[in-house]
Amino acid sequence: MKYKDYYAALGVKRDASPADLKKAYRKLAQKHHPDVSKEKGAEEKFKEIAEAYQTLKDPDKRAAYDQLGSGHRPGQDFRPPPDWERQFRSGERTGEYAAFDGLDLSDLFASLRGGGRGASRANRSIPGEDYEVTVHLSLEDALDGTQRDLNLNVPEYDADGRARHVPKTIKARIPKGATEGQRLRLRGQGGKGANGGRDGDLYLNIALHPHPLFRPSGHDLYLDLPLAPWEAALGATVEVPTLGGAVNLKIPPGTAAGRKLRLAKKGLPRPGGGEGDLYAIVQIVNPTVLSAREKELFGEIAKASTFDPRGHFAAEKTHGH
Amino acid sequence: MAIERDDAVWLHAEHRVTIVELAECSGLAEEVVRELVDYGALSPLDPVAGVLDFNARCVARVRAAVRLSQDLELDTPALALVVSFLERIDELETRLREMNAKLPR
Repeated sequence: MKYKDYYAALGVKRDASPADLKKAYRKLAQKHHPDVSKEKGAEEKFKEIAEAYQTLKDPDKRAAYDQLGSGHRPGQDFRPPPDWERQFRSGERTGEYAAFDGLDLSDLFASLRGGGRGASRANRSIPGEDYEVTVHLSLEDALDGTQRDLNLNVPEYDADGRARHVPKTIKARIPKGATEGQRLRLRGQGGKGANGGRDGDLYLNIALHPHPLFRPSGHDLYLDLPLAPWEAALGATVEVPTLGGAVNLKIPPGTAAGRKLRLAKKGLPRPGGGEGDLYAIVQIVNPTVLSAREKELFGEIAKASTFDPRGHFAAEKTHGH
Repeated sequence: MAIERDDAVWLHAEHRVTIVELAECSGLAEEVVRELVDYGALSPLDPVAGVLDFNARCVARVRAAVRLSQDLELDTPALALVVSFLERIDELETRLREMNAKLPR
């Protein structure tokens, strides 16, 4: 069994009062709670803090923890002192955890008298735990739907409510209809309920991988469409990529930069039916190196054209004074 | 061993959940869900009809608020406030994503 320093996790001394523990926990929980913090690793950090507080706030569990000794380093393999289990655990099954190898300290303390699922499990129906997992999908996965093997580390309870974390693989089918930030509920795929309690659910939080071309907004997609100045001025038919394959798009003459051209139903499928749209945002791109002939032609246009792209500056100046 | 099942439901804006489902998903008692409605933190889809159905998007928000209230030992008024703030954050993040998508690179 690996040692964890619960006092260090909360940033308090070993003789901290219950009030100090609570204060330290609240401060850290507000900072690292995964539903608030966007920092990487916030969930793991919060779990450490919560596990430490759940153990130390209970006087019996704190006494049991303190008896493990303070000479261990975090992560170090250790065994509780002889008699520790008899002193702090009650019931006929005492001794079951004589083999501490592979047991997580949190599971051990969750099973101690003084609270936890074990204390009440035998008396009433308890719903299974819900699991919540973030799943990263490509836009192509979102378009067609996909299947994922989710490897979870979940608590499993014995008849007395003693927990042990075990690996579990769930094969989750993700139907088409996903988009960034969307949630999928997989009913009954969470933890097992006890005494007739319903099985928990699995919630998937969808995060889309960035795509080199398309940017999702809900079920719509946005694409930058570079056009040559003459394509924008004269109009053209250009090939535009979509998730389902390239299509031809007609560019109207006199198309301005920034104009959005809509390709209906070329976005992501919506869960309720139908599809989002694809918007091509026009960018007018000039050649960076001009041949002599191109220079000549641009020069001719400059001489012949009366177009003034900054005409509104002068109008604004006149009105301003 | 891999378990395979297929009870997948997208919690999107066009899907609605009943008060019973919302209570089940969030672990709240139905009375507390009603209190959240009274506080204005949750808006039923058909308030006039007297049926408490909600937009399914609120499920994730309420679940997050319940986790926060349990972990930070908050009472029901504070829970209602958290639900409202999370809704505001959801809206702002959605708008930010929309604006970012529309900006040319």
